[in-house]
Amino acid sequence: MTITFRRGLIAAAFLGTAPAALMAQDFTPQNPECIAPANPGGGWDFTCRQVGKTLQDLGLIPSTMQVVNLAGGGGGVAFAEVVNKRKDDNDLIVAASSATATRLAQNAYPGNTMDQVRWLGSVGADYGVIAVAADSEVQDLPHLMEMIKADPTSISIGGGSAVGGWDHLKVLIAAQEAGIEEVRGVKYIAFDGGGEAVTQLLGGSLQAFTGDLSESTGFIESGDIRVLAVLAPERLEGEYSDIPTAKEQGIDAVGANWRGFYGPGDMSEEAYDYWANSIDQLYASDEWQAIMEANGLAPLDLQGEEFQAFVQDSVSEITELSKEIGIIQ
Amino acid sequence: MELLASLGDGFAVALTWQNLGLALMGCFLGTIMGALPGLGPSNGVAILIPLAFTLGLGATPSLILLTSVYYGAMYGGRISSILLNIPGDEPAMMTCLDGYPMARNGRAGEALALSGVASFVGAFFATWGLVMLAPQLVKVALLFGPAEYFALFALAFMTLGGVSSTNQAKSAFAAALGLGLAMVGVDTQTGVPRFTFGEVHLYDGIDFLVAIVGLFALSEVFIFLEHRGTDKDASTAPKLNIGRITPSWKVLKSCTPTMLRTTVLGFIAGVLPGAGASLGSFISYSMEKKLVDREGTFGTGDPRGVAAPEAGNNAAAGGALVPMLALGVPGSGTTAVLLAVLLSLNITPGPLLFTQNPDVVWGLIAALFIGNVMLLAMNIPMVGLFVRVLMVPPRILMPIVAMVSFVGIYGISGSSFDLMVMIAFGVAGWVLRKLDVPLVPVILGTLLGNAMEVNMRRAVTIADGDYSVLFGSWLTLALWAVAIIGFVLPIFVGGVVKARMRGAAQREAAITD
Repeated sequence: MTITFRRGLIAAAFLGTAPAALMAQDFTPQNPECIAPANPGGGWDFTCRQVGKTLQDLGLIPSTMQVVNLAGGGGGVAFAEVVNKRKDDNDLIVAASSATATRLAQNAYPGNTMDQVRWLGSVGADYGVIAVAADSEVQDLPHLMEMIKADPTSISIGGGSAVGGWDHLKVLIAAQEAGIEEVRGVKYIAFDGGGEAVTQLLGGSLQAFTGDLSESTGFIESGDIRVLAVLAPERLEGEYSDIPTAKEQGIDAVGANWRGFYGPGDMSEEAYDYWANSIDQLYASDEWQAIMEANGLAPLDLQGEEFQAFVQDSVSEITELSKEIGIIQ
Repeated sequence: MELLASLGDGFAVALTWQNLGLALMGCFLGTIMGALPGLGPSNGVAILIPLAFTLGLGATPSLILLTSVYYGAMYGGRISSILLNIPGDEPAMMTCLDGYPMARNGRAGEALALSGVASFVGAFFATWGLVMLAPQLVKVALLFGPAEYFALFALAFMTLGGVSSTNQAKSAFAAALGLGLAMVGVDTQTGVPRFTFGEVHLYDGIDFLVAIVGLFALSEVFIFLEHRGTDKDASTAPKLNIGRITPSWKVLKSCTPTMLRTTVLGFIAGVLPGAGASLGSFISYSMEKKLVDREGTFGTGDPRGVAAPEAGNNAAAGGALVPMLALGVPGSGTTAVLLAVLLSLNITPGPLLFTQNPDVVWGLIAALFIGNVMLLAMNIPMVGLFVRVLMVPPRILMPIVAMVSFVGIYGISGSSFDLMVMIAFGVAGWVLRKLDVPLVPVILGTLLGNAMEVNMRRAVTIADGDYSVLFGSWLTLALWAVAIIGFVLPIFVGGVVKARMRGAAQREAAITD
């Protein structure tokens, strides 16, 4: 184990982050474990497995990351488990995303708040898209918003999350920015995953689709759907650079589905620093950059206290929006 | 011809020693996982993902391993259905209805072998369907909007009467119970939790596997405990007669039309992303019963009642790969896991997969053919081994069933809450059995109820509250027509059938006496 650890140090040194690695000396997890708060196959599961594998390849953890699927309550079961039973476990990290923040904001984890855990860092973001079928008469995002303004019942928008979930909220953020007063009138239809919603868009049941870029890439490349806008602060790099942002069309809406990790609330400071640094080094590695590119993940490089503050902001923003649309009182 | 050339290339990819070895291993592990209650295809595939990663397999070998597990589990699910009346996974539920009676009649070996053949036929033709029709079939999937899905699920429920041979009112009650259970959890259309009592474990609803293992496996254990040491136990114990291990030509011949028809039905159910293998095997069984059950032998150990759901659910497994590969939309829980594997291997399934990664697609399809032949070759000789399970005395078998149930369910979610839910279902299953309420409609209600409700509400929401949308297209009308015929016809011809059934029962009694 010491040998692998030393190799980790060397790998870290090569990455040019030697000081960070020195700090990590204070703590090394014996049995690193990642809880994916969902069944195998979803985004959280993917985050745990990919990050675990890459951390091991880079030598940042001494042994294989054990991935445990603890599904239930949209992540609530895992959150409660960490808060109640594993609050001082230093070897544990848990996959999280915007969905976690959304549910925390809407009190959908009964009795739990975001302060009960430590937010470790992000590994990328998946920006939201609003798309229509290739042959749709809708030209751009303002056009779609005008149509909704004129007659909210004429446009059915489908997405992969439940009502009040992130796919729904993204559209509402855009609608608000476009000057639609009564956002509750926007017709959102929930499906089981973005793929099903796109199928219904192509089948003609829906007029528009809201989802993450990564779940739409196959259909964008095939030309079946046309993306009206990506909800990113500026245009993406690489092959999706020709997709206009909402902002440049005069609708200042940004919706990033970030992916990251939290750890138990009473983990030691050494362990917190260790994990925040490991995620930082992971993020900087070429291996992870390649994975991000292959999976349509956009940059979002926040670790440690910065990430804690970011999650805090995003929870309060969602709380406000949820109150406006009546999801919470 | 271009098709055959591509398929040939696929075989060139799949026919390496490494890939053949992986397929063999996958088929074997899959069969075992499918046979264990609690471990279904989706868990089986999920459990083996780390193995594929650790072995450092490339995209095609990984897929070959995992789809062999998938097909293997679909094969294996029937084994415990037939031998123990405990479905190994959700779609294998319908196989219990005739498979278990066959085993009780001393035809366990025949039932296992026949179901193996039916699985092969279903999977074989479904794989051909995948080869020839994948691009066209995508258009069929696009025809199904929320209203059409609702009609399809309604059809499943309206033909329910055909499935359980007992009291119709009791099976309606059981279905209602299942539908009620399906309501538990966060309602996706409003984001509001229903019947969760603030319990976060219930937010995602009740896991079907937990319900199935509780209702079928645990209640079986409770029944055994109840009859422990009494004479009744000895008299109800399965006969130790294994029967012949291969089905006779006569039986095979009589089942051939059944297998072919249900393959088509199952395949179509698999292709529809919102339907899946459970609906496939269910519709296959109930339609087949309506079509050929003139003597009322379905449910009492009719070989056709074993062949129908098995061909149907294996065909659905092949069908479910169509939307996964061609649209990137999973048609079942297992394909959702496979989809995630593809994504983590940097392959984007979708309309362009066939042109961008032809080696992956055709290698996979060739592997499906190879795995299918392997499974048949492996399963027929193993029948003799499997049926020996029946010779294990219940006092040893039942504790094992209980243990496997607990371990299997705990393995899914790692939560003791699910174990409590399973025990609750076990007790409920025991009570329902005492009251002679059939269990299959309860599971169907739980399994399909949510999808039915959600699709109805999607359709009505899209149409701004106008319920006529549910009858708004020729496809919905056609589905409703089939549903109504399936519902009404038995009422009119019911008298005739009942009389025949009575006759058949008398004949059977005469034989057994």
